Amino acid sequence: MASYPSQYRYTKEHEWISAEGGRGTVGITDYAQQQLGDVVYVEMPKTGAEVKSAQAFGTVESVKAVSEIFSPVSGTVEEVNPDLTAAPELINQDPHRRGWLVKVQLANPAELDSLMSAAEYEQFIAAQRHD
Amino acid sequence: MRYLPSSDAIRAEMLAAIGAASTDDLFSHIPEYCRLQRPLNIPSGRSEAEIFAYFRQAAADNAPGFTSFLGAGAYHHFRPTVIDTLVSRGEWLTAYTPYQPEISQGTLQAIFEFQTMICQLTGMEVANASMYDGSTAMAEAALMALRVSGRRGIAVARSVHPQYREVLATYLRQRDCPVAEIPYAAEGPLDAAALRAAIGAETAAVIVQSPNFFGSLEDWRQAAELAHAAGALLIAVIAEPVSLGLLAPPEPADIVAMEAQGLGIPVGFGGPYAGVIACREQFVRAMPGRLAGQAWDDEGRRGYVLTLSTREQHIRREKATSNICTNQALCALMASIFMSLYGKQGLRELAEQNVAKAAYAAAACARAGAEVLFPGPRFHEFVVRGADPAVAQAQLSGEKVIGGLPLERYYPELGAAVLVCATETASKAAIDQLAAAYAPASPRPGSPSTKKAARRRSSAEAAGARR
Amino acid sequence: MSFFAMPENESTPTPRAARHPTQNEPLLFERSAPGKRGAQLPPLDVPAADLAKLGGAVRAEIADFPELSELEIVRHYTRLSTWNYGVDTGIYPLGSCTMKYNARINERVAAMEGLGDGHPLQPAELSQGALRLMRLLSEYLLEITGMDAITLQPAAGAHGEMTGILLARALLASRGNARRAILIPDSAHGTNPATAAIAGYEVRNLRSNAEGTVDVADLDRVMTEDVAALMLTNPNTLGVFEEDIHKIAELVHARGGLLYMDGANMNALVGRARPGDFGVDVMHLNLHKTFSTPHGGGGPGSGPVAVKKELEPFLPVPVIVPGAGGDLALDYDRPHSIGRVKAFYGNFGMFVRALAYIMANGCDGLKQTTEDAVLNANYMRHHLRDVYDLPYPTPSMHECVFSDKRQTAHGVRTGDIAKRLIDYGFHPYTVSFPLIVHGAMMIEPTESAPREELDEFIAAMRAIAREVESDPELVRSAPHSTRVGRMDEVRAARQPILRWKPAGR
Repeated sequence: MASYPSQYRYTKEHEWISAEGGRGTVGITDYAQQQLGDVVYVEMPKTGAEVKSAQAFGTVESVKAVSEIFSPVSGTVEEVNPDLTAAPELINQDPHRRGWLVKVQLANPAELDSLMSAAEYEQFIAAQRHD
Repeated sequence: MRYLPSSDAIRAEMLAAIGAASTDDLFSHIPEYCRLQRPLNIPSGRSEAEIFAYFRQAAADNAPGFTSFLGAGAYHHFRPTVIDTLVSRGEWLTAYTPYQPEISQGTLQAIFEFQTMICQLTGMEVANASMYDGSTAMAEAALMALRVSGRRGIAVARSVHPQYREVLATYLRQRDCPVAEIPYAAEGPLDAAALRAAIGAETAAVIVQSPNFFGSLEDWRQAAELAHAAGALLIAVIAEPVSLGLLAPPEPADIVAMEAQGLGIPVGFGGPYAGVIACREQFVRAMPGRLAGQAWDDEGRRGYVLTLSTREQHIRREKATSNICTNQALCALMASIFMSLYGKQGLRELAEQNVAKAAYAAAACARAGAEVLFPGPRFHEFVVRGADPAVAQAQLSGEKVIGGLPLERYYPELGAAVLVCATETASKAAIDQLAAAYAPASPRPGSPSTKKAARRRSSAEAAGARR
Repeated sequence: MSFFAMPENESTPTPRAARHPTQNEPLLFERSAPGKRGAQLPPLDVPAADLAKLGGAVRAEIADFPELSELEIVRHYTRLSTWNYGVDTGIYPLGSCTMKYNARINERVAAMEGLGDGHPLQPAELSQGALRLMRLLSEYLLEITGMDAITLQPAAGAHGEMTGILLARALLASRGNARRAILIPDSAHGTNPATAAIAGYEVRNLRSNAEGTVDVADLDRVMTEDVAALMLTNPNTLGVFEEDIHKIAELVHARGGLLYMDGANMNALVGRARPGDFGVDVMHLNLHKTFSTPHGGGGPGSGPVAVKKELEPFLPVPVIVPGAGGDLALDYDRPHSIGRVKAFYGNFGMFVRALAYIMANGCDGLKQTTEDAVLNANYMRHHLRDVYDLPYPTPSMHECVFSDKRQTAHGVRTGDIAKRLIDYGFHPYTVSFPLIVHGAMMIEPTESAPREELDEFIAAMRAIAREVESDPELVRSAPHSTRVGRMDEVRAARQPILRWKPAGR
């Protein structure tokens, strides 16, 4: 099982964000990709799109499921992972690094504080597994 | 009851096995007041002989053995025998949707072949496994255009099948979606200037049919240029797929909504038929309906599966591209068999025969003194105004012929005109009877200039017939 | 990839003969060769077409379109058919699909000259047989449902749903407010929420209770004044009759909403209970389920919509009405109509078949059919419940839903058991639906299952349950007996190949 990078922040909808200097890189967590299974398609916003904290900005699809991706923060999309169109499996293979989805210019960096730390997130998913 | 594989003795044993005292026990959890306490008011079960007798009478009360000149979205073509031989096989007829690919490879491969042939015919990159019919395919294509464009208006040519436009209106009524109707020009095709004026930044799609409802050919390239200039998509409607055996495919369009009935599906009082949506590859994820795709098993054997299903209602529910669940697999199979039988050469020859019959019929009507409207290029339908349609039909009925479709209900401005379709099934003799019936009873009323124009058209048509 | 490049077993001396040809049928296009043809036209009895008159509208030849003889086409489609499984092959217990016997007389009468070749726009005086037939079918369906008026126009169940919800919308709008939302139980078919959305409504979910039925307390909470209708399947997708149906109907009506019934499961009710008698305002029927019109590999269907009196003015046009001199006529002048939902009158060929089915059964046969369908499902349930988990012990009607809970402990899921059933010669049940049952196995034997076949199916299910414990990998890798194994659906979805192209293009 992949470990959850300690410098990232996490949401209850299983997204991660790695923020630095007012920019954040967003992806879905290892737990999320395991739940979803083999990712076959990713639908993402266009560069320049505005995203809002806790609102859906795209979808990840497996063969028989669709999952919405919720933005951990508010901001403007600066970059979309160009590799996922041809290789959506990167999300399964390396969810926390090469499988990143978008890079966002943060509108309100303080939003990061309301997200979970890696330790909190691991506790959160451990509880989910027991459900 | 001959369809039921049980007997009273078996039923009693089964009831005993599950610990039920009686059949009523199985329904005892239905609240008393919900239960029907009397037999249904339907006659007792009937034998095959009695059922045949009923339907033989019903068939006799229609018009068996008539030659029909009706078209308008439902076309009489000869259906090669093996279509019904093949689709009657239980493995085609009595199978369900191929959800389990390992025991549905027949249906899946047939759908894949159907999709391929539709792409070849239409010039589109992808085609779905089929929709209910042409009218609903067109409405769904419009919804698809609204989705991919993010715009909210639709422009539709008035020369698109009137019933298709009615269905479109039903699908769009509860949306905030203005629909502009584009008039037709005197020659038959849509009025390009009116189209240019009617579309703008909020137009999601322009819908054009060719051959259009009057049988006239539209210019796909021009329609696409006008639509694209406004940033709108072009939805091409094909109501008569046989036309694509000969005519330029709607390649410049973005989405094609098609009725496949002409390809060997029985006319059968209007259904079941098979609609299709085909489109450019970039729109495939916005497309409604099922799609079969190629796949391999773990030993590298090629096979087919239903794919890109996340677009559909059983996964995406209220966010699906459509609520459609079924396709029209058996009708699509008929179309596939028809297309493969006629094949590359045959479909073209069939289309040419249809053009020839209609050209002869139009010329014969003109020679008989009727006015043939819309003189531009056409496929196998044309509009003619002569004798009163009801009077003409009364005469034709006696000759076991069904004449053209009176257009007044759909196009009041065309008055007593009828839409005539002459396919390869119409003999020269029947066409001559038709022409005689539409000969005007007396000189047509109207201004001298109208008369002269009519005569000019009539003589052009007559010249065509003599050749 | 070319089919003949398929990996072959090198140890086999004549690899292509290793399998019967029916296992090796390539695509039409791969069989095609220039100059072949499978149809011949009669000579033209009028002058040939002047293609110059078509201007520039003539196409080049249709690239790669098939060229085959009639014989090859017959063999092609016959071979492909042998890779399918149909109701004619054996029991087809696909839950919620009602895969019952499709009598062949229905095909014969639908194809009769005068019916199969009748044109939808021929004059009414030349269509009286067709109109009377539609009228008679309508009367029978109204008697069966207990409703007041009906349209046969919708082409399928989901299309009927859309029509029904548009009718509800029109009635509510005529009362001044079309309202905003449709309530849908979490056990519903996916078509229900998709329909609500296409009809312009917001979807609100309704929780099921521990019995798998509508939680009336939850309904009381969510059934507000902006809810247009509750879409209910009864019996529901668990095969359970909504015992509180009167409370449900009362509650919905009291708040000004309508009760829509998805009639997918009418095979449990015909002759025993009528939706019109338990408060339903509008419903659709699936002629391809309850009334035996063939599924044809996924269609055509037919989805008539039956309504109570107050919804009649809104029915799609045209409506069949009495005309002059005892004839029937088509009425297009219906100012309140929602309009057309389809060209012409609906899937007429399916009306013929459904009517023939009703005639063959009659009142007694229809009721017996319902009883046999319910008995068969309960027999199945009784003989499987000790080996498969039954999440809802509520009485079953025409189908029963198990879960794979006990088998997941061995790493085997509902989809695997389904695939293994194929090896035993059966079409699987419905996998993973309804969504409220995790790992659902939804079994609907229908009345068309002889007891011997039920017993064989039960024996197969029990044998698989044992295999799950003794050799789970055998089940996980099933099927082992089919022409192809499990398909790589992930690859198919990642790089979709949706049409054939010649090699190198």
